[in-house]
Amino acid sequence: MDQRDPVLARLIDQVERARSHRAPVDIRGGGTKAFYGRPPKGEPLDVAGLSGISSYEPTELVVTVRAGTLLSELEAALEEHGQCLPFEPPRFSPGGTVGGMVAAGLSGPARASVGTVRDHVLGVTLLNGRGEVLTFGGQVAKNVAGYDVSRLMAGSLGILGVICEVSLKVLPIHRASATLCFDWDENQALEQLNLWASQPLPMNASAWHGGRLHVRLAGAAAALSAACDKLGGTAVAPDAAVTWWRNVRDQTDEFFSVSDADLGNGDCLWRLSVPATAAPVKLPGRQFIEWHGAERWWRTTAEPREVRAAAALAGGHATLIRGADKSSGVFTPLSDVLMRIHHGLKQAFDPACVFNPGRMYAEL
Amino acid sequence: MHNTGMNTSLGAAPGAGAPTEASRDERQADVVAALTAVLPRGAILFRHEDTAPYECDALTAYRTSPLVVVLPETEMQVAATLKVCHRMGVPIIARGAGTGLSGGATPHHGGVILSLAKFNRILEIDAGTCTAVAQCGVRNLAISEAAAPYGLYYAPDPSSQIACTIGGNVAENSGGVHCLKYGLTLHNVLRVRGFMVDGEPVEFGSEAPDAAGLDLISVVVGSEGMLAVTTEVTVKLTPKPQLARCIMASFEDIESAGAAVASVIAHGIIPAGLELMDKAMTAAVEAFVHADYDLGAAAILLCESDGTPEEVAEEIVRMEEVLVAAGASRIEVSCDEAQRLKFWSGRKNAFPASGGISPDYMCMDSTIPRRRLAEMLRAIGQMQSKYSLRCVNVFHAGDGNLHPLILFDAEDPDEMRRCELFGADILETSVRLGGTVTGEHGVGVEKLNSMCVQFSPLERAQFLAVKRAFDPLELLNPGKVIPTLHRCAEYGKMHVHRGMLPFPNLPRF
Repeated sequence: MDQRDPVLARLIDQVERARSHRAPVDIRGGGTKAFYGRPPKGEPLDVAGLSGISSYEPTELVVTVRAGTLLSELEAALEEHGQCLPFEPPRFSPGGTVGGMVAAGLSGPARASVGTVRDHVLGVTLLNGRGEVLTFGGQVAKNVAGYDVSRLMAGSLGILGVICEVSLKVLPIHRASATLCFDWDENQALEQLNLWASQPLPMNASAWHGGRLHVRLAGAAAALSAACDKLGGTAVAPDAAVTWWRNVRDQTDEFFSVSDADLGNGDCLWRLSVPATAAPVKLPGRQFIEWHGAERWWRTTAEPREVRAAAALAGGHATLIRGADKSSGVFTPLSDVLMRIHHGLKQAFDPACVFNPGRMYAEL
Repeated sequence: MHNTGMNTSLGAAPGAGAPTEASRDERQADVVAALTAVLPRGAILFRHEDTAPYECDALTAYRTSPLVVVLPETEMQVAATLKVCHRMGVPIIARGAGTGLSGGATPHHGGVILSLAKFNRILEIDAGTCTAVAQCGVRNLAISEAAAPYGLYYAPDPSSQIACTIGGNVAENSGGVHCLKYGLTLHNVLRVRGFMVDGEPVEFGSEAPDAAGLDLISVVVGSEGMLAVTTEVTVKLTPKPQLARCIMASFEDIESAGAAVASVIAHGIIPAGLELMDKAMTAAVEAFVHADYDLGAAAILLCESDGTPEEVAEEIVRMEEVLVAAGASRIEVSCDEAQRLKFWSGRKNAFPASGGISPDYMCMDSTIPRRRLAEMLRAIGQMQSKYSLRCVNVFHAGDGNLHPLILFDAEDPDEMRRCELFGADILETSVRLGGTVTGEHGVGVEKLNSMCVQFSPLERAQFLAVKRAFDPLELLNPGKVIPTLHRCAEYGKMHVHRGMLPFPNLPRF
C-alpha cells in the first residue's frame, strides 16, 4: 500500500499522536461488532475511509481488499465471478467491513467443513503501534517466508495493529447444495453428526436446535443426490433453506436475539467451542448447536464460572457474546505462559499500548 | 548426487564468531556436565564421531559441528535440557528427521542439537473426532498408515513423507501436492504441545475448533523451531476419498499449459492435485521410471480429481473439456489405481531423476501467481543461457509453487557460483512477479539473503520482535529465517538487480 495515500497518511498521523500521548484508540470499521469482546474505549480510529478492492484475479482465487471495504461490496464482486468467501462470515447488521471481519475472526456455518477466516488469510498490510506500515504474507496460497504474522491478525480484535489491507483466498461457489432436516434430540443429532463427519460425505454445515437438525450438503450435483439418498431426512425447499442458513449465519434467528429485557434478567448468549464429539453440555437454558457439534451456543442465566467450567469439562472454552455484565471477562482466561506470550506480542507490535486496550483481556 | 543449497558465503554463517578450540572444549565440558545431571549418559553425544551425523540436514552444503547432541526420550528430559541450556545461554536447535531442504536444522557451533527422534509414538487415533495425537518424531506417512483402517488419512503430503516427521512439518508448515484442495500443515493441525525456551510446558491451539486469545498456533506453525519446541501434535484426519482419478495432458507450448492451469481454476474446479513438468524434466523422469510420458510435449499437466465416484465422474468430464479447450494435444485419463500411480510416479521421482542426469542440483521453492507461470518459465529459459546451466522444472502448478532444479557440478567452483546467481535470480524474479521466495521448504539458512529482498528492514525488525516475545534471549535456532541488517546490507552490495550483475561488462563465464 502506498503510504502517501491520504487516508492511510491520516491514520499514521493519528497513531503517532496517540503513541506520543499514550492515549488509547478504538479501531473502527463499520461498528457492527462493537458488542463483541470487552467494551471499546479510546478515541475512535476510523478505518472505513480506507476502502476499495485493490486487486482481484478470479483465476488466482485471491482478492486483495482495503480494510474499510464493505463486506457486502466484496461479496458482490466475488459473486459476479462465481466465487465466495467460503467461511461465510456473519453480518450482524449492514455496514460490516472486511477489516472488522478479519479482526473479529468469526466464521459462519460452513466453517465446520471449509475452515475459518484465519485459514483464508494470505497476507495483510498492517499499521503497527510505532506508526509503521508493514506487509506480511502475500497473494499466494503457499508462502512460508517468515513467521505467519498475517494469520495472527485474524481474531486479534485489533490489539496488535490496524489492519489496512488484506489478501484472502476465495473459492468457487458450490455448484449445488441441498438442505435436509431431521427431527432428532440432542444426543441422536450429535451421534449422527459425528458418524457422518468421519465419512467422505459432502457435508458443508449443520445446525441443531429445539429437537431439529438441519444439514447442508454442498458440492457436485451428482454427489449431492447420492448423499441425500444415503442420509435420508426431509428435504428443505431451496428458498427456505437459504433463509434459514442466513438467519443462522447472521444470528437473526430468534434464538440469538437478546433484548434489553433479557439482558436485564441476567440472560446471556454464550458461545462454547468444544471438540465435536464432546458429550452434551449440561447448563440451564436453551441451546443451539453448529459446526457438527463443535460450536454450542447457550442462552443461559448461569454464572460465568459455571459456564466456563462446563466448557472446560467438555474440553473447550466459553466466550460471553452478549451479556449485561462483562466485568468477569468475555474470553476464557489464559494460562500464565500464554498470557506472557500475549504480553510479549503486544509489546512487539504496540509498545505504547494504544490499540484497543482491554478489548480482549483487561490487562492487554 | 546431492541436493545442495544456495551456498552463498555472505554474512555470518551459523556459529560464526566461534570461540577458539580450547575455550570451546571447556564450554563443551561444562555443558555436558550440566546435562549429565539431568539426562541419562547415553542420551548425550559430544565426541566428534558421534555428532558428525548431525552436522547438516538435507541442505548438505551447510555443515557445522554442534557442541553437543542430546537424544531425550521423555518430555521431562526435554524440559530439563531446555532449562540447562537456558540457564547457561546455550542455543538449542530442535531436529526431527533432518529432511529439511533449507537448513532449518543446521547446527550452531556453540549450540545443542535437540534430536527428537525418540518421540516416535502415535498416542491416539480417534475415528470419531477424525483426529490423531502423535509425538513430534512420528513420520508423516506413519500417521496416514495408522489411520487407514478407519478410512482416514492425514492430508498434507510433502514428497519426503516417508521420512519427514510431523514435528518437522509443524516447524516448516509443509505442503505437498494436495494442498490446493486440502490445505497446508497449518490447516490440518489443531493443537501443538511443547515447551518454551525456558522449559515451561505450553499448548497452542485446541482440540476444539479454536482457542481463547490470539491465534498463536498460526505463528508457531512454520516458525522453523524459533519460537518453541514441539513435542506432541494433534492433527485433523480426512476421510479417504472413495476414488481418485488423474488426467495426464500434453501441451505443445509452455504458454498454453500455463493458461490451462488458470483456466481450470477459472471454471470453478479445485483439483486434488495440479502439477506441471516441462519437457526436460519429463525426459529425465521417463528415463528413471518408464511411465510412457509424452516426450514430445513441451509440458505435461497432471490434474487429479477425488471424491465420491459420482463427483469424480462429473469433475473429470469438466476437467477434460477445459483442458481440451485450452489446447491440450493429448489427454489420457487413468482407468484404475495402478495407472493413476504410474502417472504420478514420474512427478514423485522428479528429484532423484534429476540426480540421475547431473552430479548436483539445486532445488528452488518460490511461489508466484498462477497467471505468471508461462512468463516465469520463459524467464528461467533465458537464465539457462545467461548462466550457462541447465534447469529442469516441476511445479505445483495449482498453487503456483515452483521447483526449478538447477543442474550443476559442485566440484566446479565456477558452476557452483553461477548456480547461486541463477537461484538468486529465480527468487528475485518470483518476488517481482508478486510471489514469495519460499512456498514450502522454509527459509532456514538457505534463503536468508532472499528475505532481504522480500521484506523491508522494518518488517524484518517486526519478525525479530515476534521472536523475542517467545524467546527473549534468542536461544531457539538463532540465526535462521530473519537476516541481520548487516547481512542484508552486504547482500545489497552485490545484489543481482533486475538481472544485471555488478560490472556487467566483465567476462564471467
